[in-house]
Amino acid sequence: MTDKVIKLADLNKTAFVLSDEERHEVEHALTHYPDGRAASIDALKAVQKHRGWVPDEAIPVLAEAIGISAADLEGVATFYSLIFRRPVGRHVIKVCDSISCHLTGYDELRGELVKQLGINYGQTTKDGRYTLLPICCLGACDRGATMMIDDDLHGPVEPKDVAGILGTYS
Amino acid sequence: MSLRSANDPKYQKPLTRLIDVAAGPLGLKDHEAEGGYSALRKALKDLKPQDVQAKVKEANLRGRGGAGFPTGIKWSLIPMGPDAGTKYLVCNADEMEPGTFKDRLLMEQSPHQLVEAMALCAYAIQAQTGYIFLRGEYVVAAERLNQAIAEARAAGLLGQNVLGGAWSFELYVHTGAGRYICGEETALINSLEGRRANPRAKPPFPQIAGLWGRPTIVNNVETLCNVPHILLNGSAWFKELNQGKTSDAGTKLYGVSGRANKPGCWELPMGTTARELLEVHAGGMRDGKKLKAWLPGGASTDFLLPEHLDLPMDFDTIARAGSRMGTGLITVVAEDQSMVSAVRNLEEFFSRESCGWCTPCRDGLPWTVKILRAIETGQGQTGDIELLSKMTRWLGPGRTFCAHAPGAMEPLQSAIKYFRDEFEIGIVCDIDSSKLDVCTLPAGLPDITDHRDLATKAS
Repeated sequence: MTDKVIKLADLNKTAFVLSDEERHEVEHALTHYPDGRAASIDALKAVQKHRGWVPDEAIPVLAEAIGISAADLEGVATFYSLIFRRPVGRHVIKVCDSISCHLTGYDELRGELVKQLGINYGQTTKDGRYTLLPICCLGACDRGATMMIDDDLHGPVEPKDVAGILGTYS
Repeated sequence: MSLRSANDPKYQKPLTRLIDVAAGPLGLKDHEAEGGYSALRKALKDLKPQDVQAKVKEANLRGRGGAGFPTGIKWSLIPMGPDAGTKYLVCNADEMEPGTFKDRLLMEQSPHQLVEAMALCAYAIQAQTGYIFLRGEYVVAAERLNQAIAEARAAGLLGQNVLGGAWSFELYVHTGAGRYICGEETALINSLEGRRANPRAKPPFPQIAGLWGRPTIVNNVETLCNVPHILLNGSAWFKELNQGKTSDAGTKLYGVSGRANKPGCWELPMGTTARELLEVHAGGMRDGKKLKAWLPGGASTDFLLPEHLDLPMDFDTIARAGSRMGTGLITVVAEDQSMVSAVRNLEEFFSRESCGWCTPCRDGLPWTVKILRAIETGQGQTGDIELLSKMTRWLGPGRTFCAHAPGAMEPLQSAIKYFRDEFEIGIVCDIDSSKLDVCTLPAGLPDITDHRDLATKAS
């Protein structure tokens, strides 16, 4: 197992250029707040929406766009669990591991996902199709066990349903 | 306007009366045809902001986000008058308390109700801008709320000079990016400002210095949604909604999750018993199993036992029973499920979701998890249970910056109190001294995961 190192953004990498669409989304977010800093998450999400994750090189560019320091934006980017700082698969599977799902089959669901995908939490399948992550309570406790794939909520999911659901995400 | 009787079934479930999940949410026109936005119109035409505040105070509305703080009192601290300057209203829609799934229903199925409530409450405190702080995973709710806001703005119900009057109100949906701590009032404000979601010291309270240092009110979704109905039908009507079951006013979105036959969420009179929730509405426990324990309102509430089922579910009664009503959505544990395992799951959640701002929480919660994992796998050491009990004090109220760690200790202390024997089973009696100070994780249990560093490159 490699040591975990939380690496701060390397600010001297290749130039990063925001696409027109990304820039437009950041600028639109800025209109919602009297202070640019408040658009931090919106800005990070704008890049993540189009690229799947937020590369280090994006940080200083986004920070400049909203008028804060790169270090401040890095602090925000590393705090929030739904901002990805490494490449992820085409589909991100988020498995609810909170109490209601724990009581209604979470272990079996997770076991089935791990078995079928051959990866554990935090990993991506070799074909780049799926990344597997845990997530806290998805607010659908009446439908446990639940998981989200991209923006879709699935529940209740039993182990026998997993293959069919995964098949719909190519 | 005549007072509508609480006995009229049409007005017994004000929050969910218009919700039909199969049909989806009502658009502006249909919502208005059912009386939507009439409270806002009435307020802007006939009432001063202070009058709206007075009605909410009179109705004894208590916060539905978990703490039960009287909404009227919260509002009364906001500075009013021509010199009060910029003020903000923030809706706490960061529903992330494990076991809680009520705000999602209101936002996905009745978005206009929340939009009207936000406008009305903003008028009451004379805020010019409002934000709905919505958790990032509620994608459908975000879409529907944004659409409702656009419809309302086009109809002059939001934006510059609302309904042609002098008061203007802009409303935005702000989506988060994870982290349970964002639901804590002051951490939410930090997050909305674009900072890490660490809680702030109080005082000053947000009503005095909140978002960008300006007076701010933060209210939960369900709390806000009650206000238009209080205004239209009166405080007396609102108090009668509980059908005399309790001293707390109104209805409540109650629910059941866990291994029940028909888990779900229902609007019922405040003070409905957990027995009614479980046996009548949720159809009892699944597979004929007996109920072992239940959380009354989310992960951060103390476990209660089957003998507590007949208590009215209201803030004070559940508090007297040694727990908290919290969000009012109960989580049931069946007789064949392990309490140690359930508590380990809860503490893993709290440990992972600690913001790291203060030491007892940041360091104490992972330590708690470590001990619980050992006990769960039969590798607990003598003294571990006593150590856990000490933890519940070291991480208890007053020792930490916010209520996160104290909340985490509630299910732990109650599980030890009621189910100590289950913990004792996991203690190894004859200690092999060579194993002291060593904690190897049993196979199959994940390491405490750091989400910030999770997604790995495809190898």
